[in-house]
Formats: sequence, C-alpha cells, structure tokens
Amino acid sequence: MDAEIKASAPGLGWRNWLRLGSMREAGLIAIMLALCIAMTFASPHFLTWGNFRAMLMSFSIEGIVVVGMTILLIVGGIDLSVGSVVCFSMVVSGALFLMGLDPWTASLIGIGASALVGATMGFFVTVIGLNHFITSLAAMVIVRGLCLVITKGTPLSLFTLPPGFKAIGQGSFGNVPYVIVIFVVVVAIFDFLLRRATAFRKVFYTGSNEKAAQFSGIKTKQVKFWVTVLCSTLAGFAGVIYMSRFGAATPTFGAGMELNIIAAAVIGGASLNGGSGTIFGAILGMALLSVVTSSLILLDVSVYWQDMIKGCILLAAVSIDHFLHRRKS
Amino acid sequence: MTAAAILEIRDISKSFGAIKALTEVDFTLQRGEIHALCGENGAGKSTLMNIIAGIVQPDDGTIRLEGRDVTIASPSVAQRLGIGLVHQEIALCQDATVAENILMAAINNRRAPLMSFRRLYADAQKIMDLLAPIPVETPVADLSISNQQLVEIAKALTLECRVLMLDEPTAALTETEAQRLFAIVRDLKARGISIVYISHRMAEIFSLCDRVTVFRDGRYVATDFIASVTPKEVVRKMVGREITQLYPQKLSPERRTGRPVLSVGNLSYREGPDGISFTLGAGEILGIGGLIGAGRSEMVQTVCGLRPKVSGSVELNGKPVSIRTYSDAVRAGLVYLSEDRKASGLFLDLSVASNISALDLRKLTTPLGLLDRRAEAKQASDLVERHGVRMGGIETQVSTLSGGNQQKVAIARLLSVGPKVVILDEPTRGVDVGAKVEIHRLLRDLAEQGVGVIVISSELPELIGLSDRVLVIREGAIVGELGADELTEEAIMLLASGVRQQRSNARHVQNVA
Repeated sequence: MDAEIKASAPGLGWRNWLRLGSMREAGLIAIMLALCIAMTFASPHFLTWGNFRAMLMSFSIEGIVVVGMTILLIVGGIDLSVGSVVCFSMVVSGALFLMGLDPWTASLIGIGASALVGATMGFFVTVIGLNHFITSLAAMVIVRGLCLVITKGTPLSLFTLPPGFKAIGQGSFGNVPYVIVIFVVVVAIFDFLLRRATAFRKVFYTGSNEKAAQFSGIKTKQVKFWVTVLCSTLAGFAGVIYMSRFGAATPTFGAGMELNIIAAAVIGGASLNGGSGTIFGAILGMALLSVVTSSLILLDVSVYWQDMIKGCILLAAVSIDHFLHRRKS
Repeated sequence: MTAAAILEIRDISKSFGAIKALTEVDFTLQRGEIHALCGENGAGKSTLMNIIAGIVQPDDGTIRLEGRDVTIASPSVAQRLGIGLVHQEIALCQDATVAENILMAAINNRRAPLMSFRRLYADAQKIMDLLAPIPVETPVADLSISNQQLVEIAKALTLECRVLMLDEPTAALTETEAQRLFAIVRDLKARGISIVYISHRMAEIFSLCDRVTVFRDGRYVATDFIASVTPKEVVRKMVGREITQLYPQKLSPERRTGRPVLSVGNLSYREGPDGISFTLGAGEILGIGGLIGAGRSEMVQTVCGLRPKVSGSVELNGKPVSIRTYSDAVRAGLVYLSEDRKASGLFLDLSVASNISALDLRKLTTPLGLLDRRAEAKQASDLVERHGVRMGGIETQVSTLSGGNQQKVAIARLLSVGPKVVILDEPTRGVDVGAKVEIHRLLRDLAEQGVGVIVISSELPELIGLSDRVLVIREGAIVGELGADELTEEAIMLLASGVRQQRSNARHVQNVA
C-alpha cells in the first residue's frame, strides 16, 4: 500500500485519498442502483415518483438526526438517546402549544430543551468524565420517562395546530415536500461545513487522536461538549418537524430509532472509534436501509423478517469495511 | 556564558498530587547546541519538557527565553515562541493528512471560518521539505513508523522554530533510520536551532551531543561537556551509585557444555524462508540480531506456536515436542516475551499478582474451578522477591509501575511456569539504565541455572554485551553466526544489512532465501 502511494505522482496524494474515501460511497451507490434495477423488474410500483417520494419522506426527517450522529461518531462519541430526544422535543412543544403558546415559540423551546439534554450529557462526559455510551444510555431512559410524565402516558392530539405550522411537515413546493427540501438543505450545509470549516476539522482531530489534538492546543473537551449538544439539537429539530407532520405527539415515538440512525452512519463509513465518517456516506447508508425496507414491503415480506434483514446488512457492511481496512494496513 | 543562552530554567518545581516530579531544577540551553538530558525513568525529564512545551504548568520557578521572562501557558504559546517538542510516543491523527498534522496548532488558531487546503499544503510542504520528501497530502496512516517520526519532528519545527526538544526519538527506529535522523538533527543544529535531546542510549548521546545534563529523582545533578565525561560517569550520575559493570560476566568457554536445550530443525512459516535451523545450549544466552522487520520476531514466534508453521521440528532437551499453539509451548516449557509490553505483554489495569498468574491459571485453580488467591499471592511474592521488583506490593496495579518494573513483572510471569527456554523480544526497550542492568543480570542468572535464554535486541551494545553467541537474521533467514569473541557492531551490521554473507556453518545456515 505504501509503495502504491509513493508510486503515484507526488502531489496527487490527496486525490488518491479522496478516491479511497469515496470508494465506500461509490460502493454504496452501486449496491443501491443494483437493488433499484432489480426491484424495478420485481415490482411495477417500485420505480414510481410516489414510491420514491414515500422513501425520501421516510428517511428525510431521520436523516437530520443522522447528520448529528455522524458528527458525534467522528468525534469518538455515540448517542443512544436520540430517539428519546426526538420524542421529548415533540412532547414539550406539543404540551406548550396545548397550554396556549404559539406553535413557533413552543417549537423553539422544544428544540432548546433538547439542546439542554445534550448539554447535560456533554457535562457528564467532559466534566465528570463518563463515556458517551453510558451517559446517553441513561439519558435515553430518563428522557423517555420525562416524555411519559409530561403526557401522562397518552398521546397529545395536536389537530388544532395552525395550517401555517402544519405546512412544514405536510406541505410541498409543487411535487417536492418541504420536508425533503429542509433535509437537503441541512445535509448540504453540514456536509460542506464538515469538509471545509476549520471548527469541524477539530472534530476530526479530536476523534482521531485526542492526545495529539490536545498537544496542538485544541480544547478537545469543548469540542466534544459542543458536538454532543449539536447532535441533540438536531434531534430536537427533527422532533418538531415530526410533530408538524403527524399533528400529534406520542410519548413512545422514536423508540429504537437510535439503532437505525447509528446503523446508517456506520454503513456510510463512520467509525465507532472516531476520526472518520462523512455526512454524504451516512445519508447513503440511510437511503440504502430505506430502499431495502421499501423493497421488502413491496415484495410483501413480513415485518418480522425486515428487521432481521436490516441487521444482516449492517453486519455485512461492517465486515466488508473491517476487511478493507485490514488489507490496507 | 549566559549571554549565549537561549533558554534558561531556574528553580522549577512541579508536583502531581503527593508526588514531587521536579524539585528546584535548573537547566540552561545554549544557542545552537545539542544538549542531552539524561536520567532514569521518573527522573523528571519528560515533566520538564512538558513544562517548556506549555503542556503542564510549573508550581514555581522561572523560564527565560532569550533573556526575557516568559510564561508558557499552552502548547500554542510555546509554538508561537518557537519552541517545539517531539513526544516519545507518536501522537498523530492517523486519519488526517501529513499537512494537517504538521499545522494542527495553526489550524486551531485560525480565525478564518473555512479551511484553505491549498495554502495548508504549501505551508506544510515547506516545513516537511526541511526533513524529507514526504508528500504532505498523504494520510499519516499510510506512512512507515520512521516517516511518522519525521512528521512528528516537522510538527515541532514551525518555520520560526528556535528550540527543538526530542524525547527519545530513536526508540522506534531501526539503526539506518536512526542514522538518518542524526544527520537531520545535525543539519538543524547547523541552521542555528538549539536542541534538547533525551535518550537512554549513551552511544547516541556521545556521538551527537555537545553537553549533557543529568537529572535524578526530580533533581538537577550536573551538566558536563561531552568531551570531558565518559559514558560510565554519566550513568553513575544517573543512578547515583557506581555501576561497576554494565553487563554481567559471560559464560567462560570451558563451562559451555554444548548440551542443547532447544534445537530447531528445518523450520519454515508462511511467507518466510525455508529451513531455519539452530540450537541453543544449556546455560547460554543466544542473541538474535538483525534490522527491524528482518523477521526475527516471526521466527521465534513460529517456534513458540504463536504463528502457524509450515514445517519443522522443535526438540527440547533432546526430546521432540509438538507445538501447534502457544499453550503447547508453555506446557513444554518454552515461553515468549512480546516486544510490545503495553499492547500484548501486560494487563495494565490488573495487579502484579494477576499479571504473574495469567500464564498458567490451572496451577492456581482449586478442584472446584475457583482461583486459589492465596496460592496466587504466594507465587507472586516469591517471584517478585527473587527478581527484585520494587513497588508497593503484589496488589499494585501494573500501570502505576515504571517501565523497568513492568518489564520485570512480565518476566516474572514467564518464570512462573518454570520454563526450560525463555525467549525475550526487546526485553529492555524503554527501560532505564538501572532496571536494564538488573534485567541483564536476571537473564544471566537464569542461564547459569541451566535455562536456555534467547534475546532479540535492536540495540547492538546490548546484543554484544549480553550474548554468548549471536545469530543474525536477514529477510527471515539466518545469515550468520558470531561467537562471543567475534562480536562487534560492525560485524553484526555487515551481516544484517547484507553486505556480508556468512555460511560458516552449514548446519545452521541451510537455505538462504
């Protein structure tokens, strides 16, 4: 491998690297295309705007959460509480709206409350010194409990939400739902920032080798804290969009979502050891899971089988990655 | 004298909790000199370096840089002042490019919100070119260890670097790579950079440095011109007592019985050469030399069943033994100490006693399948006493011990099974002089008790000082054998580098790949 890199023209090294990095993404696209072509023959309903719209819708909102999770994985963290936080944001905003607050303000408070959850986790991780896994596991349970307390266990019915607010989740530009537009904008912004922004380079350095980053003067604890907050905030943002889309806030919503999110990011190339990952890859991972789900539904495969198949895909993706990495070193 | 000083340290003290790491130490670095800083592990060298590099803050004392009092509050302040530190262990972000690693501190201080990769690469290449033509767009993970070491140096060398501190830079380098590094260090000196050089290796210090300062137990001992001291005097100052003999007395020729404890015949492993054969006599210390990557570890690991072997036979005390896995080897009385003590040698989080018993738990297991903790403690304290591991007690966590004592624990573990043959891979790497002498003496004692000892070492003086006989390995094969009276650095290097090929003994050298 070493020799190979030296053999290529000097100065082209980084392109080489990009190629290596995007091999993963190219692979995902290839798999997805193959799957789509196969499905086009297998089901007449697959290659329709309706089905694609449904697929896009289904992963758009989760996709916003994936963005935050990917950045957190890059810094070497993980957040098991995102499903609970999505729900928390919904429930807090919904409850405040029912108490008479206008839905926009209520939503801002909901997102703020989510950020606060992130800040609390960040505190335990960076100041107390617990790890992300345990901290977010506790937060997952605590925040879920809070949702049940706030709603007394019953779904909040929010059909009185004003049409202007409902439009976020339900309206569209002609044929393109707002939700998809929001998703694309969020992804584009963070993908750009992660590639180019100085602040986000520090996220990579911290995740890749915290000590080296510290020796360069990077305040790695601050970096970890803010990334933790960012992940929860994006989950809160997603929660508000869900509320607008469903016109309801269910205290059990989003249970198990975190696994899907983490799976998507990891399939897309984020490393659980930190230091690597891309937003684009994670979104492709999400899209692949979504295409698979959609295919299984169209093929009339039972719901019970679906989870098993998705789990196998995750295992396969991680195994291939492991194999490629071993070959590399 | 002070007029030419670039860096003056006065009365610096530093405590970590109850432990006093530095007590009122002084240190003066002259402009354009290479100044060695010596001391055993725990003498406070690294703490002083970390203070100068802004990583830790002193409790007391002053630092003067070019005659002005300075406070070095953080690594980025140090870098702005032109002070660079190369850490002992490579601490690079493996996923990031060489350029990003070199200029990480600058990136951290950047005001502009967006990265400018083009400028970053150009700036980094300028620094990297001072050392070696490594393309800066390469990710660090794709570089060899020695090139990573050079990246570490480049990282410390900002364009305005005036003081460069190197903390054991040759620990992970091969002989040739180390020579290249010395040339670079001399070149930096010629450019007017003042260098602090930390090393345990006297040969390096005496060929490279102008002056030497010795610390002991967190205190300043002395500063001398290299020309006016001898290595022996420096070592004496480091350990605070006379070390009469660096290496233990070798076996006298008359006492070599020739009875082989271990004979390996026609051994081969995958991607290795065919037909490796050698014998190890009772009471003998057999050194194995060669460049890093020559296949020394692979060979002995195959003997011990840590690597699958394709063919070959192993005899212990004349009886053939079948070794397929490492536990077969242990049962037969053949044990191996890995070169990487931290990664594959010790359980750092566990106690001394648990570490020692790990190799053969069955011996300490009661019929009910439970661990006999009393027997474990007894075994540990017996072995510890016999091998002089100084520490709090057998319940001490291994990670709190010094490198030398950790190594002694690792060796005690091997001895817990009463081995016939002990194979040690780089047994004194990262170990201070005092502990090194003790480990050497321990190995000699073992040999005298009739245990066969094989030592792999990249440090030529150690190989020569310790071994009764040395096998030199190149590209996996045994290319030469040197007896005690033929051992010189030159003889070993000529064989190891392939300049000379010896086929003196057809029994030992059968097939050179």
